[in-house]
Amino acid sequence: MKLHEYQAKALLAGYGVPVPEGAVAANGTEAEQAASRLGGRAVVKAQVHAGGRGKAGGVKVTATPSDASAAASSLIGTTLVTFQTGPQGAPVNSVLVEQTVDVDRELYLSITTDGSRKRPVIIASVAGGMEIEEVAQSEPDKILTEPVDPAIGFQPFQGRRLAAGLELPAALVRPFSALVDACYRAYVECDLSMVEINPLVVTKAAQLLALDAKISFDDDALFRHTAGAELRDTSQEDDLEVAASEHGIAYVKLDGDVGCMVNGAGLAMATMDTIQSAGAAPANFLDVGGGANEEKVSQAIQLMLGDEQVQRVLVNVFGGILRCDVVARGIVDAYGKSSRKPPLVVRLLGTNADEGKQILADSGLALSLADTLTEAAKAIARGQA
Amino acid sequence: MSILVNKDSRILVQGITGREGSFHTERCVEYGTNVVAGVTPGKGGEKAFGSVPVFDSVREAVDATGADVSLIFVPAPFAGDAMLEAADAGIGLMVCIAEGVPVRDTTMVMRYLEGKATRLLGPNCPGLISPGEHAKVGIMPGSIHRSGRVGVVSRSGTLTYEGVNQLSQLGIGQSTCVGIGGDPVSGTDFVDVLKLFNEDPETEAIVLIGEIGGTKEQEAAEYIKAHVRKPVAALIVGQTAPPGRRMGHAGAVITGPAALASEKVKALAVAGCETIPSPAEIGTTVQRMLG
Repeated sequence: MKLHEYQAKALLAGYGVPVPEGAVAANGTEAEQAASRLGGRAVVKAQVHAGGRGKAGGVKVTATPSDASAAASSLIGTTLVTFQTGPQGAPVNSVLVEQTVDVDRELYLSITTDGSRKRPVIIASVAGGMEIEEVAQSEPDKILTEPVDPAIGFQPFQGRRLAAGLELPAALVRPFSALVDACYRAYVECDLSMVEINPLVVTKAAQLLALDAKISFDDDALFRHTAGAELRDTSQEDDLEVAASEHGIAYVKLDGDVGCMVNGAGLAMATMDTIQSAGAAPANFLDVGGGANEEKVSQAIQLMLGDEQVQRVLVNVFGGILRCDVVARGIVDAYGKSSRKPPLVVRLLGTNADEGKQILADSGLALSLADTLTEAAKAIARGQA
Repeated sequence: MSILVNKDSRILVQGITGREGSFHTERCVEYGTNVVAGVTPGKGGEKAFGSVPVFDSVREAVDATGADVSLIFVPAPFAGDAMLEAADAGIGLMVCIAEGVPVRDTTMVMRYLEGKATRLLGPNCPGLISPGEHAKVGIMPGSIHRSGRVGVVSRSGTLTYEGVNQLSQLGIGQSTCVGIGGDPVSGTDFVDVLKLFNEDPETEAIVLIGEIGGTKEQEAAEYIKAHVRKPVAALIVGQTAPPGRRMGHAGAVITGPAALASEKVKALAVAGCETIPSPAEIGTTVQRMLG
């Protein structure tokens, strides 16, 4: 789960990370008031769950409170399209109004967990303000990594090592180490999957300041962070994906027209790959999960049928915990409830597969059954469903 | 022969009286698995399925029955604690099935395991099965497996069943099938399992099924190139998955473009693996590879 910049900064500031002065505003009047409190000059930043806002026109420097009001009004209520949002963009419902900062240097700092090392790592770079993936590609020697032993946590000597690598002046070594320590404590205590400060700036007054901040929570740990869970903004997510998550279904919207429902993430990806190699394109990734019941299967199918882009549907289930008769009943239920009934190809294997096929045959639904993955994909590609 | 579990393994089930735990334990017992004990705090003294003694703690269960493998069905929020308890009791292999264990919990478990003899498989995995040994320690459907000499290792659950089913239908049996799980931090990686298959005299060939994300497949490729002298067939799924949807910004810094399916396929091909062109061709590729 992602946070907005203003939420991320408030969370980090609570741990002692220095952030610019500012306030979130939901309309022009609030933005004007915020800018007056800052003394007039301000930066007005659109709050969306995506990077690349500056290039997309989502960040405006304003000279007076009335300019700030105008900038906020021009952003709020619009849809911002950045290279990270995709063509549909993300709705701007609020702006962050902040003090302007005279920047001397731009650095990069982030924390995430490295699956190979099986522990959190601090990543820092002198190349701040740029896409870190590009830096990793073009100038990998500019990336510093510092793994943290979870048993003892982040240590000051690691802060000194990173500070030296970033060529920080002596006076900033301790403040920098304290800043990283604060981020690390937030990362651990809040069960975050990522903290990213880009850029972390050194101001002309030789102060460290988190000029931007991105935070993602580990979704699997939200059950123990009720306050954190309330920070979710579903307006920034795809409607179908939000609906899916409410039913405990893993769903990602894609560009093709073949809706596919599968049990298990690996088999779902395998099914998408097979659809593609048969010359068609998947409309979504959908893992209905192992412990699904008839209702959940039906919800999953209805979800796909609710996507106007879906012209054909492929169900591929390898029954284990999930029984094929349950899947068949869910399919019949969903098609019965839907006014749209796109052609359907079903492949059922494993637990109670024969029973499932019988249920489908008895239902009178127009569909074709496939025995192998190849057959299923070919039937879909031919449109013979 | 097999790796990790065999007919002599003494299986303990944590969470044996829960809905999932009891359902799957029964399937394991039907398959012939040697389930010697169960643990559910507060239910010590009861019997599961009429004959399996239930204990309050893993330590009591190990002391009383000599259990050396723990199959953990404890729900995700409490799975970290269950793993730590099993490790503390000196269990040799623990298999954590739960999906949705917080990454921080698994990270702490892995830190606790450093310097200990306990191995973790999972979390978020289907477990493992050695068909010839009648040892099923997991949630996979037992009936699709047959005894043989191909080792299977995979990050996925149902896709492993798909692969195994294709093999069995062609008459190709398996020594052991291991699901290492799909979480970003997990106990046993491809390399650990490849090493065991490479050393197992009864395993003649290996099937590796990987996915996009992380660098575990590249690490596997390096290990195969340097050490494995048995034929390996490899499949990577997720060619059509949109990049960046599952991995955050900073995660991609560590892995870079390595997380892409195409990069993984390339690394495995360079390491001498037979690449499986599509998920529908797992069985036929292995058949061809075995000649």
